[in-house]
Amino acid sequence: MPIEQICTIAEAVKLNAYAYSFTLEVGDMVTRHGLMAGQFLHIACGEGLLLRRPISVCMVQQEEPHDTARIVFEVRGEGTQWLAERQVGDKVNVLGPLGNGFAVAPNDRLLLVGGGIGVPPLLGQAAFTAKNATAVLGFRSADRAMLEEDYQDYCEAVYLCSDDGSLGRHGFVDAQLKDILEQDKNFTAVLACGPKPMLKNVAKVAARYGVPCQVSLEERMACGVGACLGCAVQMADGTMKHVCKDGPVFDAKEVDWNV
Amino acid sequence: MSKVDLSVDLVGVKLKNPVVVASGTFGFGREYGQFYNLNELGGICCKGLTLHRREGNPPPRIAETPMGILNSVGLQNPGVDAFIQHELPELKKHDLAIIANISGNTPEEYGIMCEKLSAAGVDMIEVNISCPNVKAGGLAYGTKPELAAEVTKMAKSHSTVPVMVKLSPNVTDITEIARAVADAGADALSLINTLRGMRIDINTRRPILKMNTGGLSGPAVLPVAVRMVWEVACAVDLPILGMGGVAKGEDAAQLMLAGASAVAVGTACFADPYAPIKVRDGLSAIAAAQGLDKVSGLTGSVLPW
Ligand SMILES: Cc1cc2nc3c(=O)[nH]c(=O)nc-3n(C[C@H](O)[C@H](O)[C@H](O)COP(=O)(O)OP(=O)(O)OC[C@H]3O[C@@H](n4cnc5c(N)ncnc54)[C@H](O)[C@@H]3O)c2cc1C
Ligand SMILES: Cc1cc2nc3c(=O)[nH]c(=O)nc-3n(C[C@H](O)[C@H](O)[C@H](O)COP(=O)(O)O)c2cc1C
Ligand code: FES
Repeated sequence: MPIEQICTIAEAVKLNAYAYSFTLEVGDMVTRHGLMAGQFLHIACGEGLLLRRPISVCMVQQEEPHDTARIVFEVRGEGTQWLAERQVGDKVNVLGPLGNGFAVAPNDRLLLVGGGIGVPPLLGQAAFTAKNATAVLGFRSADRAMLEEDYQDYCEAVYLCSDDGSLGRHGFVDAQLKDILEQDKNFTAVLACGPKPMLKNVAKVAARYGVPCQVSLEERMACGVGACLGCAVQMADGTMKHVCKDGPVFDAKEVDWNV
Repeated sequence: MSKVDLSVDLVGVKLKNPVVVASGTFGFGREYGQFYNLNELGGICCKGLTLHRREGNPPPRIAETPMGILNSVGLQNPGVDAFIQHELPELKKHDLAIIANISGNTPEEYGIMCEKLSAAGVDMIEVNISCPNVKAGGLAYGTKPELAAEVTKMAKSHSTVPVMVKLSPNVTDITEIARAVADAGADALSLINTLRGMRIDINTRRPILKMNTGGLSGPAVLPVAVRMVWEVACAVDLPILGMGGVAKGEDAAQLMLAGASAVAVGTACFADPYAPIKVRDGLSAIAAAQGLDKVSGLTGSVLPW
């Protein structure tokens, strides 16, 4: 069940020119309310903005006296700019835990595919399946890369790609994914997070190799709790589901990729 | 400080406090019911129902604006029968007024829904003649006095519970519609629904909303709501549920002074799930500070110049 929590920022790190990593003290949200990586927090970003901003949880830790949750975000507009200006010791008002994370088991062999700001939400899944996962991380360019070392720590293998060739393989993550699956289809699931066109391509490749695929989707939200029906996504069967309540993680087969 | 009596009467439906939650912003109560007991509320206007299930409009459906939001949800709902079967029994476990909100494509659909909902035992029916999102109907009823009257008559003749008609602000003269609806037998009025608006991304040159336009709500619309409640209260002698941008006690007090018997809180819940409770407590504090023993003493007591 979600709660409202005033969270103190315990750690604030700038990962690159655009991205920030915050560790929030979330009270007993992990211990008592079951907050998990892959779910999201709905964060009030200043007095002047009406709506909260949804940000995925990338890692959680049960700790005394406060559980902690790590979030990583990029500055996109006013809300995330406000958040980026917060300092250690500042407080933010958060709703959570919200949404459903990835369905994974500790001994799963996962193939994680992240693009840009879709990279962080998969880190918790890598940690959960300690040294069993393979990660494919894509960035626009080397200056936007982040968390490569964290992934190295938790994964069996890490592949880096960049759109401009300034880091790792020159090209998109789905090409790397295809090469990996061509060699070895023996993965429990592909988990993907990133821009929708990337997710569409990843879903296509996973389907071709017969590996189940879960994707974390984004949509503009108001309430974040399932009350306003604002964050709709179209499903392949013609129905609408809601990112905040039914997602953000969906089975790739359920999603209508052609809209 | 003596305790203020917060109870109000909305055409025979007793609300233990004047704060209701607005249709479409609070679902059927399940989600925000995780944060607090729904018994804290005076009542709930449920998500707008149609005769048959609707999937609503394609996304994006939400765009933030200065102190407001645009929405184009498009009346996504499970249909009136599913509401009666799955949602109403849950709501009835609580002590608050249950107000069903309905939209129809034809006057006949309004009639059928009113019959079903009356039989199922809702406390009141709110007839949405103003939803600006649905191409097939909605707007036309709310902007034409004859059509608004026709729907009101149909709803009244098929209901055994009070009928409250929800007015659209997207008209030149809201009192004209209010009078037509009052003459047709409405028991109460609610206003305002959302104001039509639009936002454009200057880089992509695309509207943010997939439907291009949507309905504006939130603090930005409060002054429009206060003005319209005042005009309608001057024009017709019916109880009014006032809404539009209420986020704190003072906002609610303004609507009540303008003529509302009770208020609804909508968009404010998105920022703060506890907003309705804070509005209630704020209103109570204002009434107490002004030496009122009943919050209903605020209703209509504006002193216009
Ligand atoms: C479930 C979910 C998880 C997310 N996780 C992360 C994350 O871990 N890290 C991260 O950097 N970003 C994440 N995002 C995207 C993030 O919510 C947006 O970048 C942020 O809301 C932008 O706000 P802004 O005020 O800076 O930008 P503006 O463009 O000024 O925002 C205007 C409005 O549009 C909404 N909006 C704009 N872009 C998006 C978007 N991509 N998705 C949803 N709403 C948007 C805002 O919430 C706000 O209501 C996530 C989005 C969702 C839906
Ligand atoms: C997301 C959303 C959905 C809404 N859905 C409905 C609806 O189904 N039926 C209806 O009569 N009004 C609907 N409304 C209008 C509200 O009930 C209310 O009249 C309006 O939002 C003004 O109040 P507020 O500023 O407090 O939100 C909706 C508003 C929003 C923001
Ligand atoms: S944001 Fe309100 S239902 Fe998802």
